[in-house]
Amino acid sequence: MAYTISVNGAPQQVDVDGEMPLLWVLREVLDLPGTKFGCGIAQCGACTVHLDGVAVRSCQTPVSSVGKAKVTTIEAIGATPRGKALQDAWVAGDVAQCGYCQAGQIMSAAALLASKPKPTDADIDAAMAGNLCRCATYPRIRAAIHAATTEA
Amino acid sequence: MTVQINRRSLLTVLAAAGGGLTLGFGPVARALAAGTTDAKLNTYVTVHADGSVTIMAQNPEIGQGVKTSIPQLVAEELDVDWSAVTIEQAIADTAVYGRQVAGGSMATTLQYDPLRRMGATARAMLVTAAATRWGVPAGECTTASGTVLHAASGRKLGYGDVAADAAKLPLPDPATIALKDPANFTIIGQPMTGVDNYKLVTGQPLFGIDAKVPGMVYAAYEKCPVFGGTIKSADLTKAKAIKGVIDVFVIPGSGDPAVTGLSEGVAIIADSWWTANRARAALAIVWNEGPRAGASSTAIAAQAAAFAKQAPQQSIVSTLDTDKALVGAAKRVDAVYSYPYLAHAPMEPMNCTARVAGGKVEIWAPTQNPEPGRAQVAKALGVPPADITIHMMRCGGGFGRRLGNDYMVEAATISARAGKPVKLIWSREQDIQQSFYRPGGFHNLSGGLDASGKLIAWRNHFVSYGSDGKFARSAQIAPGLFPDGFVENIAIGASLMPTPLETGPLRAPVSNAFGFVMQSFLDELALAAKIDPLAFRQQLLGSARIVGDTSNGHTGLDTGRTRAVLDAAAKAAGWGRALAPRSGLGIAFYFSHRGYFASVAEVTVAEDGAVTVVKVWVAGDVGRQIVNPSGANNQIVGSTLDAINATLNQQITVANGRVVQRNFDDYPLLRMPDAPPVVVEMVASDNPPTGLGEPAYPPVPPAITNAIFAATGVRVRSLPVDTALLKKA
Repeated sequence: MAYTISVNGAPQQVDVDGEMPLLWVLREVLDLPGTKFGCGIAQCGACTVHLDGVAVRSCQTPVSSVGKAKVTTIEAIGATPRGKALQDAWVAGDVAQCGYCQAGQIMSAAALLASKPKPTDADIDAAMAGNLCRCATYPRIRAAIHAATTEA
Repeated sequence: MTVQINRRSLLTVLAAAGGGLTLGFGPVARALAAGTTDAKLNTYVTVHADGSVTIMAQNPEIGQGVKTSIPQLVAEELDVDWSAVTIEQAIADTAVYGRQVAGGSMATTLQYDPLRRMGATARAMLVTAAATRWGVPAGECTTASGTVLHAASGRKLGYGDVAADAAKLPLPDPATIALKDPANFTIIGQPMTGVDNYKLVTGQPLFGIDAKVPGMVYAAYEKCPVFGGTIKSADLTKAKAIKGVIDVFVIPGSGDPAVTGLSEGVAIIADSWWTANRARAALAIVWNEGPRAGASSTAIAAQAAAFAKQAPQQSIVSTLDTDKALVGAAKRVDAVYSYPYLAHAPMEPMNCTARVAGGKVEIWAPTQNPEPGRAQVAKALGVPPADITIHMMRCGGGFGRRLGNDYMVEAATISARAGKPVKLIWSREQDIQQSFYRPGGFHNLSGGLDASGKLIAWRNHFVSYGSDGKFARSAQIAPGLFPDGFVENIAIGASLMPTPLETGPLRAPVSNAFGFVMQSFLDELALAAKIDPLAFRQQLLGSARIVGDTSNGHTGLDTGRTRAVLDAAAKAAGWGRALAPRSGLGIAFYFSHRGYFASVAEVTVAEDGAVTVVKVWVAGDVGRQIVNPSGANNQIVGSTLDAINATLNQQITVANGRVVQRNFDDYPLLRMPDAPPVVVEMVASDNPPTGLGEPAYPPVPPAITNAIFAATGVRVRSLPVDTALLKKA
């Protein structure tokens, strides 16, 4: 059936099964491939997006459950000062190895900074524990989050 | 426009659109490095009329950073500003680029000199073009930042101004091409950030899974959960009836899927991958599970134990008197070590997009090794390899998994049958359960010491996987494995069991397991000898020299380099310092992939047995030059953390011929709170620069298990670490 959801500031109408996870709606219907598929069971965080600013795993978010919530993806997070600061810190800190998980990492980090603008290492560990990086770039992710808070 | 300017040397210069210069030679530049011009056309450098430069990245990028570091080599010698350089990913074409493989940590080793020469030759042609225009000797000209300078007359010309002229010049004699003095490097040795970083953090499509082709449909592929199984019967009706499903069909297997890359199965194509994947549950398939159906990890362990009581089936290394030396030793240590199968589990699941139409095949694949995939696709579809185009997409991790191209053959076969472009994606469960695996193994070890504590005998009966006397992939043992060459009496033998799972290379293949076994057992021997583990290793290594086979490209083991990294890691970690109860330091070294690495781990073991790796100090020697220190550090830290996770958390087990683990909930990856600081110190030595994707890994597992022993007195002889054994008594 047809759903109208707000994605990156614009209403989008999609005609899909209501059970279809937001992840696949974004990637395959709305052509926003920045949000990544990693596990399909909310274990890895590669699919992290924001619903009204809260980080959620889009692989476990049926499109029918989105309702009026505003969806923000990695493609648009740079429009916010914090999102931009994180992206810049990620580039300058040369965080990525393969880079596949990093969109999800940035989305989780952006949600963290929204609630804790100056997080401690422990805050970062707690907020980022749901995001896997198989290349294990964790020390650089942590450093980039700190760097983004000093730049912002 | 292609202008062949020197038929005799088979070297061609391409004048690119816009009057630019494209230059290159091959195959592979190994020929050039040897000072010959016996090379075919290929392309690395394009100088545009505006002075900007495009450099081709020839290798697959899997996160090891070659898309940045290898072009640095070219740009340095071309003498341009890095900011003026754009990197373009090459397609798979060995005739043009030579070896295009992300494997063996070989890119830096093979390309350090040749690709510098690519840049230097292009620079020389640009200099000649400018000198000719000015009517001055080329020897009076210099270059800087993409500009040719004539100091005597104060004139200068940008590369873009002379690129078209340079394109018409004959190739200079390679003997006249001088490389920069490394003291003058401004790009090599600088910590350059990854060239795709901005695209990565803004979510732009880069990866295989992001490929998009007009008219594309999505595919899921159901295979037998037991490798090699075939279809007895399949009722596809229910799956076909699901809304969004376009078609469901059987793909027949042919031959050994380990060779063809194609397992028999059922393909579902749909208007979304979610629909295709969900429809797998509606398939009613009865499988012929084949001879592996009954296999289990328990049965394998029992079989390995039975083999251990017998003589090895084959001898790998044998001196005459090992048994006698063990019997006569002042002290003897016997131990059995084992480790499990491991899956690679890169973050991007296996996937491939393929378009088969009009007898041509076009493939967008995250692959570490495109050419074997091309050969398999050619065979599966009956098309000439030349009619297959392979776009090497950025890989969301590799770790060796994408050296196999089964997903590529599947996608191409499904596209051919569907008559449409197809994007095939594997679920994470398929990735973990239907892979090829780092083989497990069992080592039955004996070591003998003389009265002074010197190692005088070493025996290893390796029970591994294989058949007909042939080791399964990445399950082999070979002469030269340390301490071969360092102990007078040594016997290494092997016995082989059939493997229920396909096996293959995982980051630092063989070494990732042997490091744990050999360097842990060395610690047991040091303890028996009542010698400090560091001192025991130093004594065993002895004076600086090369030990072992140095023929046919083998390097032998440089004991001086080994000692240097061992000493550096020990010093950085404060080896010998006092630690709190249930805390300990462990040390280990390993030489693999031409890189010398030593690690010291500090661990704390809780009363319930839980192990915390507090910190790891790593010292490495990969020669005289680190190309990109930022990428290098990332690889070493990542390898170390990867190894910590494998040591503590990961195993693949088998029951009823199937892999038991399914996803990241039961096959865990390291998480941020469990990632300790890793301190890296590079030890430069006057040796050729070599790669860093793998060699930092092997010493880490034994550094941890040795540290656990120091903390608890419990020797870990099986991975992953069983914390139940470490509970405080």
